[in-house]
Order: sequence, then structure tokens, then C-alpha cells
Amino acid sequence: MKREPLVLGIETSCDETGIGIVRGTTLLANTIASSMDEHARYGGVVPEVAARAHLEALRPTLEAALAEAGVALNELDAIAVTSGPGLAGALMVGVGAAKALALALGIPLYAVNHLVGHVGADLLHAPDEPEHELELPTVALLVSGGHTSLLLVRDLANDVELLGETIDDAAGEAFDKVARLLGLPYPGGPEIDRAAATGDPNAIRFPRGLTAPKDLARHRDDFSFSGLKTAVARWVEAARDRGDDVSVPDVAASFRESVADVLTAKAIAACQRLEVPRLLLGGGVVANARVRAMAQERADAAGITLRIPPLSLCTDNGAMIAALGARLIAEGHEPSTLTFGADSTLPVTTIQA
Amino acid sequence: MLLAIDTSAGTSVAVVDRDGGILVQLDETDTRRHAEVIGTLIERAMTEAGVVPAQLSGVVAGMGPGPFTGLRVGIAAARAYAFGIGKPVVSLISHDALALDLREPLLVVTDARRREVAWSTYAASDELGLPVRVAGPFLAAPELLQKEVDGYDGYRRWDAATIPAGPFGMLGERLFAAGRRAGPSEPLYLRPPDVTPSAGLKRVS
Repeated sequence: MKREPLVLGIETSCDETGIGIVRGTTLLANTIASSMDEHARYGGVVPEVAARAHLEALRPTLEAALAEAGVALNELDAIAVTSGPGLAGALMVGVGAAKALALALGIPLYAVNHLVGHVGADLLHAPDEPEHELELPTVALLVSGGHTSLLLVRDLANDVELLGETIDDAAGEAFDKVARLLGLPYPGGPEIDRAAATGDPNAIRFPRGLTAPKDLARHRDDFSFSGLKTAVARWVEAARDRGDDVSVPDVAASFRESVADVLTAKAIAACQRLEVPRLLLGGGVVANARVRAMAQERADAAGITLRIPPLSLCTDNGAMIAALGARLIAEGHEPSTLTFGADSTLPVTTIQA
Repeated sequence: MLLAIDTSAGTSVAVVDRDGGILVQLDETDTRRHAEVIGTLIERAMTEAGVVPAQLSGVVAGMGPGPFTGLRVGIAAARAYAFGIGKPVVSLISHDALALDLREPLLVVTDARRREVAWSTYAASDELGLPVRVAGPFLAAPELLQKEVDGYDGYRRWDAATIPAGPFGMLGERLFAAGRRAGPSEPLYLRPPDVTPSAGLKRVS
């Protein structure tokens, strides 16, 4: 029997302290401590609050992950850690801990790219599930509170290209802001989804950012949600000024429709243009029912195979970081040197720092 | 033997021994490169001291006060290293590193950014040479320090740009030998996160 590397992954790029343990592509533990509740009163992730929470959560999360995997520290073959992109102060907690842990254990350390990690999540399978190959090339659409990125992945360990990304707000941020506008709690994604369930998605035609011909010329694969957010705010203000009742379900459904439409249209268009018949979704916004459903409909219609990892592997987690680390090892990459730092804007082309 | 890590100012890493003293102390004074240098300094300190992780009986962590982002790097590293070797973390107040074997009262002042300093006052050390903190650590505007420190004129003032991990580690050794308690287990941020709950929505139109 081949012995694949046992890798522990550390992820602290935003508000989730994620520790994952994998053996090759087999998922053994995926433990997450979230500081989301602490951010709720501020309506968004507060970097300093997130960084403080990481420091306190690190050890208990490590212990829980090792227990879940049934693994002792001295069995680990390598550590992988997110070095970027993300919140600098939050990343640094993971980077400092990962370097020290690797040195204490005398094992190699792999500093990896958070966004490529999201793609790596699709490598993983549960111990009782069969292995499945990550079919390449694939287009990947990664959508969360911090990112909205469209990637072309030719080779997970060696060749990832950024096709486009948001030029202002991330999609998840827009959900949070529109939820606030509608008096719904943070985080906005699940709340909008719930409210939208009984709304009419065609009640209001909100703008689709960067889809006009002149925008497509420059920003074919880029996204913009700032204008949409403002358009929703204007619409709600105007309705309230007129003394109209604002239908929260209709606004939520129409807003969600605009986001889902732009995200999936651009992702499918990229697949078609590049003649890549595969699309992978990742990031917390994948939890959104309409985004998933529309992606499936449009992928089916275009003959594109859609892959969506389980939600627990789509939101930020350490298992995807460990999975990418394991893949780098499998492909013979050297460990990272100890001099890397946290890079809040690490480009996706830098798969390993 | 102890590994000592403090990132409350620059990055300082030391390996110390109760009997042999400070075996190695390495410093990076740049206050914005903690994450980059922490691993190399730990690795070099251990190599130059000729010590392997299993020989350590714990890791000393400087809990601040200090600028948050850098401070956390050292604490995270100290905690993770201790976890990795299955030994305890000895958490100590960073200012205490400068107050070993004092013969006269001392005022320690360090940078806290945002036009403030962090300060602590110490009396002459006790019979074991261990720090006797009178007040602090607290924050103050530099120009108000003289007013805020009770009995300011009775202290020798030390404006410290670095916290040396060597004496800091020795403090850990001596506290342990004396059966004294370590310092706070939480970082000494001394300031709440810089954020206020949102005041409500602003109109866009």
C-alpha cells in the first residue's frame, strides 16, 4: 500500500481558524473555529477582532483536529499554511504558528495560496469514499465575503491563472450590506437566501455589474457589486420615501438574482470561450441556493460539468490548505523556506510562497 | 532549558539554561518583519545553542504590551512551538525582561504606536533578583507620562527599543526555580480593537 503524506493545514486568512488534516487526498479532520459572532455587531469582519480570535482559537482547534483525525503530532509529515491572500494581521497568526510548529516537530513547511487552496478542496474525499481526480483544466469561480475570483486552473500545483476578480466589493460583502439595508442580521448571505425564498426574483430589475458591452471590453471576466448595492439602496429609499411598503422578499430575491446571474453568466462564458468544459465553485457564497441552482442549470445547458465540493470544504478551512500542501509534496515540490511572510495580496499565480 | 520569544518590539529569540545562562540571543530590530523572521531566528537560535527541541522544558512567550500585529506573531509561535514539543508555555509581561536584578526603581517605557507609549514601574528587585512591579503596564501619551506615573522623579527611566529574549528567558528560569507564578496568559493589548459598532445606515440618495 502506498503511504501518502500526512499533512496538517492551517488557515487564518479571515475570520475562520481552520485546522485540517489529510493523508494525500483523504480527509481526516476539518476543524473550524469561527469568530463570526464577534463581528456581527459591526456588520462585517473586523480585522483586529479576527486576529485576536485566531490567537486564542489556535491551540484548541489544533487539539480538536488531531483528536478528530486520531493522529498524534509526531506522525505528521508536513505542515501547510495559508500565506495569502487575506487579512494581513490574521494571516500572520497562522504563519507564526505554522513556522514554529514545523520547527518544533522537525518537519517541512509549505506556504500556500488561499485561493488555490479553495480549488484544492475538490481533491478531498472522505475515508470511506473512493478517490476522484480533479479533472483539469477547469475554470474555478471562488466567491466569498472577501473574494470574487475567476480562475483558470491548468495544473493545481504549477499553473493557475487569474481570469478576473471583483474590482470593488466581494459578492459576499454585497450580501452583508444589502441584508443590513433590509434590516436583516449578519452574515447576510443566509438571511437574504431565506427572505428570497418567498420573493419574486423578477420583481425589480437591478443592474448586472460589468455586463454592458463597453464594460465587457475591458472587464470581461471581472465583477463589480458596489453599484448593485447602491442601486438596491436607492430603490429601497425611494420606495420608503413614497411611503410604499418595501417587500423584503422581493428585494432580496431580485438582488440575489442579479448576483447569481452575473456570477454564473461570466463563469460559463469563460468556460465556453476557453473551451474548458468544467466549472468548479468554491467559497462561502456557494452556500447560496440560487447561485448553486443557476450554476447547475446553465452548466447543464452548456454541456459543462459543474463541481461543487461539500459546503464544509467550500467555506474557509484548513483541510483545503492541507490538501494543496499534500499535492505539492506529491508533485515533488520543495518545502517553502522559512522566510516567507503574510502577503495580503498574494497573486494566484504564486501557488506556493 | 527554555526557548524564549518576544515580539513586543522587534523580534528577539533566545535559548537559555538555568545553570549555563543565556546560550544564544538573536535579534531583528525591524518592527515590521516579525512574521518573516520568526522561523529563521528560532531555527538559528536552536542550532547555535546546539539544542534539540526535546531538550527544552518550556517556551517563554512575551505577552506585551506591544503593537498588536507583531506581538501576536511571537505569542502564536511560542504557543505552537510549546504545543509541538508537548511542554508548557511560560507567559510573561515583556517589560519584566528589563527589571531583573534591579538595584534602583525603574520606569520602563516602550512604543505603543498611535502616539502613545506603554509604561511600567518597578521597585528594586526582591531578594531573588526578581522584578517587583509597582504599576503598569499602562498606556499614556508621551507628554503626559510625567504626570501619570506616580513618583516619576524617583525612577530611572528606560526607553526601550527592544525587549531582549535572553534576560527574558532567564526570568522564566528563575521564576520557575523560585516556584513563582508566570504572568498573564492573555496578550496585553491594553486597547480594545479599533472599531465602533456602526451608527446605522447612511442614505445613498
